[in-house]
Amino acid sequence: MSLARRIIPCLDVDGTRVVKGVNFAGLRDAGDPAELAARYNAEGADELVVLDIAASRDRRPTFLETIRRVAEQLAIPLTAGGGIRTLEDARSVVEAGADKVTVNTAAVLRPELISELSKEFGAQAVVLAIDAKREQEHWDVRVRGGHDSAQLDALEWAKRGVEAGAGEILLTSMDKDGTQSGFDVALTAAISGSVSVPVIASGGAKLPKHFAEIFGAGQADAALAASIFHDGVQAIRELKQFLQKNNVEVRLSC
Amino acid sequence: MRVAIVDYGAGNVPSVERALKKLGAQPERVSTAEGLATAGAIILPGVGHYAALIRALEERELREPLVDAILRGKPFLGICLGLQALYQSSEEAPELAGLGILRGKICALPESVKLPHMGWNRLKIRRTSRLLDGLSEGDYFYFAHTFAADAANSETLAVCEYGAEFGAVLEMDRICAVQFHPEKSGAAGAKLLGNFLRIAA
Repeated sequence: MSLARRIIPCLDVDGTRVVKGVNFAGLRDAGDPAELAARYNAEGADELVVLDIAASRDRRPTFLETIRRVAEQLAIPLTAGGGIRTLEDARSVVEAGADKVTVNTAAVLRPELISELSKEFGAQAVVLAIDAKREQEHWDVRVRGGHDSAQLDALEWAKRGVEAGAGEILLTSMDKDGTQSGFDVALTAAISGSVSVPVIASGGAKLPKHFAEIFGAGQADAALAASIFHDGVQAIRELKQFLQKNNVEVRLSC
Repeated sequence: MRVAIVDYGAGNVPSVERALKKLGAQPERVSTAEGLATAGAIILPGVGHYAALIRALEERELREPLVDAILRGKPFLGICLGLQALYQSSEEAPELAGLGILRGKICALPESVKLPHMGWNRLKIRRTSRLLDGLSEGDYFYFAHTFAADAANSETLAVCEYGAEFGAVLEMDRICAVQFHPEKSGAAGAKLLGNFLRIAA
């Protein structure tokens, strides 16, 4: 098998700027989206994710313009999301240059959204984003930026989402996000083992060994991180070299 | 050179266009028979469902002009669904006829692996060719698909292995096609597109 594990920087965008925060709170400016996109494209990122954290209707045109500017810089796939509620929302994001669309809260409220998007764009273009938080013996799905419980079991929701037509799961651990103490290996392995589509692990990354863990025991197909890349704490090429030395197949030529 | 990108509403048209411009070609979105006839080369991009592509070609009355142009020897590059459309049919939409330029059927990849086949994978190159000039088995290309061409087809230049081997690159006369997305495959993808432009020149 030579399918490489993917490293995916994430740009959380508020209007025209990339921002970063801890546990979905306390936002700080982290740069221009197009500049960061060009940098990651050149440094060997395998994909890029752009999320509209404001996700409000009146600021949608600004976000679409940001997607256009980012897509202009890329020779790798682009995923966009944040506030996608309808087929029309998704179409505008695809037309602006995204290859894939992520849905989260709106899919929990109306699961048919997943199948509508899958029929229109194909399963490979539909990424179901799940924010999960440990509750005793299971993982609870969180919505609205992690504030509210959806009263759903994350494993069950992931399976239902895949049945409805999601081609990929973007799994964020609300327990690990912002902690820089490593990905949530148990959560990711549980979800990855119960669905037939690729799983992108998110939340908690800092050190190269965290990535090796999530690709090993965590069974992730891809790993996503934001601030460690924006801050230059972790360079993508060095991270990939480390992974290759640790027998994780990665794409080093680019 | 004027390169016609068949525009039937597929999502990856802008990125193919951008990649070609960077290589100095003059891409033009084409959705009429006349546009195909006057182009120097034709690219059929595609992502999503096989049925959507075939139906869109029929709705725009592009099926016959496209087949005609390809059979007359106009340089052609099919990308992803654009490769699959060259064959007679696909398991993804068994009720629809493909373009039928190549013999064979598009089949689903085995369920023993995670599907879609999504991400960067390498090729096993069966023979040297103009299309793969300067590329090697160490290069990665971006794939995003569930269905694929039979590796055993004679036009197959390179296969990829994911659950099973499938046809990833093909070239026959001036008909070229790739299952991956060269427009999303970084420097290796750009090299392949450049090779196609040289074949077409």
